[in-house]
Amino acid sequence: MTTSQPATLVYQRPTSFSEATTHYCPGCTHGIAHRLVAEVLDEMGLREKAIGVAPVGCAVFAYNYFNLDFVEAAHGRAPAMATGIKRVLPENTVFTYQGDGDLASIGMAEIMHAAARGENITVIFANNAIYGMTGGQMAPTTLPGMKTTSSPYGRDVELAGYPIRVSEMLATMEGAGYVVRASLHDPAHIRKAKKAIRRAFETQERGLGFAMVELLSSCPTNWKVTPNEALEFIAKQMVPAFPLGDFKVHPEIAKLRV
Amino acid sequence: MSKQLLKGNEAFAEAAIRAGCEGFFGYPITPSTEFLEYMSRRMPELGRAFVQAESEVAAINMVYGAACTGKRVMTASSSPGISLMMEGISYIAGTEVPAVIVNVMRGGPGLGNIAPSQGDYYQMVKGGGHGDYFPIVLAPASVQEAIDYISLAFDLADKYRSIVHVVVDGNMGQMMEPAELPPMRPLPKTAPDWAVSGAKGRPPRALSSIYINPYDEEITNLRLLKRWLEIEKNEVRYAEIEMEDAEYAVIGFGTAGRVASSAVRAARQEGIKVGLFRPITLAPFPKQRLKEIARQVKRILVVEMNSGMMLDDVTAVVQGRVPVEFYGRMGGVTPFPDEILGEIRRVASNAAPVNGNAREEWIQRLETIIGGQA
Repeated sequence: MTTSQPATLVYQRPTSFSEATTHYCPGCTHGIAHRLVAEVLDEMGLREKAIGVAPVGCAVFAYNYFNLDFVEAAHGRAPAMATGIKRVLPENTVFTYQGDGDLASIGMAEIMHAAARGENITVIFANNAIYGMTGGQMAPTTLPGMKTTSSPYGRDVELAGYPIRVSEMLATMEGAGYVVRASLHDPAHIRKAKKAIRRAFETQERGLGFAMVELLSSCPTNWKVTPNEALEFIAKQMVPAFPLGDFKVHPEIAKLRV
Repeated sequence: MSKQLLKGNEAFAEAAIRAGCEGFFGYPITPSTEFLEYMSRRMPELGRAFVQAESEVAAINMVYGAACTGKRVMTASSSPGISLMMEGISYIAGTEVPAVIVNVMRGGPGLGNIAPSQGDYYQMVKGGGHGDYFPIVLAPASVQEAIDYISLAFDLADKYRSIVHVVVDGNMGQMMEPAELPPMRPLPKTAPDWAVSGAKGRPPRALSSIYINPYDEEITNLRLLKRWLEIEKNEVRYAEIEMEDAEYAVIGFGTAGRVASSAVRAARQEGIKVGLFRPITLAPFPKQRLKEIARQVKRILVVEMNSGMMLDDVTAVVQGRVPVEFYGRMGGVTPFPDEILGEIRRVASNAAPVNGNAREEWIQRLETIIGGQA
């Protein structure tokens, strides 16, 4: 078949993405989250002034997957590292990409204080309720009763406490300009997640303080389910435990149409 | 510039600013706090970055991030705070970015106390953090020398993309003495070609301490080691007093070296041919000069404000050529010149060592001084 019409480009690799193949497991939503960040950076024209901070966790090699300057932080310290960069290069766009073990356990002090200081950075927080890279241990976000390699009988709240809702907590900080929880379990939610990421970067570009998007994410490998079951788990188990919503939106961002 | 009466910590901070420090990240801890306070006042005046971090862990990681931009950045802390920073220090070393870290040492281990000590010698000189790396360690002995060596620290950090520790103790941080500050250096207009700044018109840069393939890590370890050998060749620094005709050498660094200099001068008045050898670079350790000294003198006395840590480095170089004796005070106690003078007299009497173990013999003498309550 031939066509007289020029081809319409409907899908291509964002410029902010590198051509590397990711090491993520089948069904993992890190790839989607990465792509959303790359699309937003492209759309806002930020690639050439962006500096990313990769975490320790499954996204440890994030710097290989983005076509922009990156540094690699110690476990949990990405917000501190981002602070150092942003303070000496205030004109640059600085963002961290962190998981729940990194951000909500070992890096709790760093994230809380970055928000409290109103550090003008953007944080992409992938919450999949488990430690992925080390092979599926209990995370601070693991749901009550959820089995992991370090809670083999299911998370016992009497012994191991309750999951931490980071967005709700950070939204109480006056320094936070934008705190939203979104999910990556279906296309409609992915579109909303992208809008949230856009707003989180708009918050930084407008100097409105700390911005974080929490993304409910899947880990089929360590949850020991199929990719589809993993998405279902997010919708049925995680969303009730971690309600989606805009916990804090600066009025200037609320007015924004994206 | 003329001499002014300057408080140690404040003078060190101003020296860092004049050397082009564009970012300071710290956490309050005695006896280094005035460093942070001074920076909190001066850095905003100059439009430079200052953050009082939530912890030393965060502070060093802010230094790490800012160092990745190629700007001159630093922190200052004291012993327990430096312990907390060791994770970040190792990452900075592994990423090969320059950073200057001032340790105003205090008594330890643990919470210890806030009195001057040299008990962090091993931690600073031998690395302290995990993995194979080699920090440069400068140990000035006066406010003026610290001012001069903080400037040098930034130059060395940039030149070798290395961590440079400047170790002083609570005495030097807290004391006031006349000193002259250098003129303000202009800030560089361009960033180094490895720094992150946004990938505009060039390929992206990634700064990381991760080398997941052990062979790549080994190549990195080798690069760091070769750089270190270069540093050992080029950057050794020390000071000497009355060493030309010395038959006995006192070796001490920082405050201990300074107190020993008074004792050496007093001993010379008594006709004892003794000199002082004061390493300024604890790393790289002045091995060559020490070897020469070991050929020249009859006996060596190492004086420290710790349990004999540099002593190990001295004995490793001297290799039994001449007897090496030791005198130390620990726990935040600074020795008096008279104590060291007494030691010099004893060493110069050439009394045969009891069993040749410098530390054991020192402990016996120390216990008669402090009452043997240990």
